[in-house]
Amino acid sequence: MSNSRIECWLYVLQRSSGLLLAPLVAAHLATMVYAARGGLSAAEILSRTQSSVGWSVFYATMVLLATVHAAIGLRAVVHELTAWHGPSLDLAALVYAIVLLVLGGFAVAAIS
Amino acid sequence: MCSRERTGDRDGLDPCIPFSDLRSGRGGPTPVAHRASQRAGLDIAAPPLCPSGGRGRLAVDVRPAHAVTSPAAETERAPWEVQIRRGMPSQRGEIVTYRVPRAPKQTVLDVVTYVQRHLDATLAYRFACRVGMCGSCAMTVNGIPRWTCRTHAARVATGDRLRLEPLRNLPLVKDLVVDMSVFFEKWQRAGGVFRPSPAERSERSERRRPTPSSRARRGTDAGIECIACGVCYAACDVVGWRPDYLGPAALNRAWTLVNDFRDARRGERLAAVSGEDGCHCCHTLESCTRHCPVGISPTAAIAGLKRRSTLALLRTAAGRDE
Repeated sequence: MSNSRIECWLYVLQRSSGLLLAPLVAAHLATMVYAARGGLSAAEILSRTQSSVGWSVFYATMVLLATVHAAIGLRAVVHELTAWHGPSLDLAALVYAIVLLVLGGFAVAAIS
Repeated sequence: MCSRERTGDRDGLDPCIPFSDLRSGRGGPTPVAHRASQRAGLDIAAPPLCPSGGRGRLAVDVRPAHAVTSPAAETERAPWEVQIRRGMPSQRGEIVTYRVPRAPKQTVLDVVTYVQRHLDATLAYRFACRVGMCGSCAMTVNGIPRWTCRTHAARVATGDRLRLEPLRNLPLVKDLVVDMSVFFEKWQRAGGVFRPSPAERSERSERRRPTPSSRARRGTDAGIECIACGVCYAACDVVGWRPDYLGPAALNRAWTLVNDFRDARRGERLAAVSGEDGCHCCHTLESCTRHCPVGISPTAAIAGLKRRSTLALLRTAAGRDE
């Protein structure tokens, strides 16, 4: 795949993941505000998330989108703010994405 | 009354110029330049329809705001305190201050020329046409990139002070002169050269003519008046962050050709502008559009390239190559 095609794909993935993330983040924040009204506790959160498979799907989707969005965005930011670019930066961004995905995966597994 | 005799009178207040002269730049700024200059707070007044003019004529009021004072009053004011960053690339570039007497309707280029001809002949700067056509006199005026030949000093000065520096993002040659090579190399990299399709190379009778009202042609027309002054390139923060980024002017040029059906390099050009340093790097900060002296919106052109390249990618992925 040519360089221009890869860059174009990264652009599409980053923008589309951001587009999809926006409502999920809004829902996440609204849920946090709602949940904190009666006092925040692990038991209260787990009782809500474990009662429905929908929450697991919701947060798994969010982790996946955040992984794609953050890794591509961080690659661009690092390129612009430092002199670092090229294959080594691409690899670092990929490692960052894997770390995000694994950590996020553990978090989703914990609330499921 | 409209009078051609007054067209060349820089101190005249009512040059009524045929539209053809406006477009050619002989009588004043182009209409698109009027819009941009107004938006940028420059001196060129919008062209009201000439009340006494015939068809195809526009009246251009070139009076700057300070022109309400008499020329005598203008010259009596304190001289300009002109701070110019001097030096070669190897030096840090010291600021040297000059005192330049005021004159009615004095442009920033007039001020620089006065310094070079009367105060310090070693000052290096670049200009050619002095009428906003060639794009060679751009420099940074009080922190903002501008075309100096059509910028009245009184409108952009801070008090009596004018601070002149070379354009940002381009290698310095000396004083106010920058090396534009990299700027034009990027035009080449972005596929800025028209390559006629086979139909265009054929006999004239077989050629198709662009329809001026078509969407594609309007897309071309929106960016075709670029004078390659480098103002947008100097204003672009992304170029500052990523020196290899193609920049607004080269991408704007590419967009005018992508919209031209007579060109044979559309796919090749879309690939050229979609690379790592291409249109997808643009953050839509719009500095280029804000400062373009002729009123072009490279931001819109870049958005068009992003849209077109994305569609081409999705078409390819769906197995429907263009």
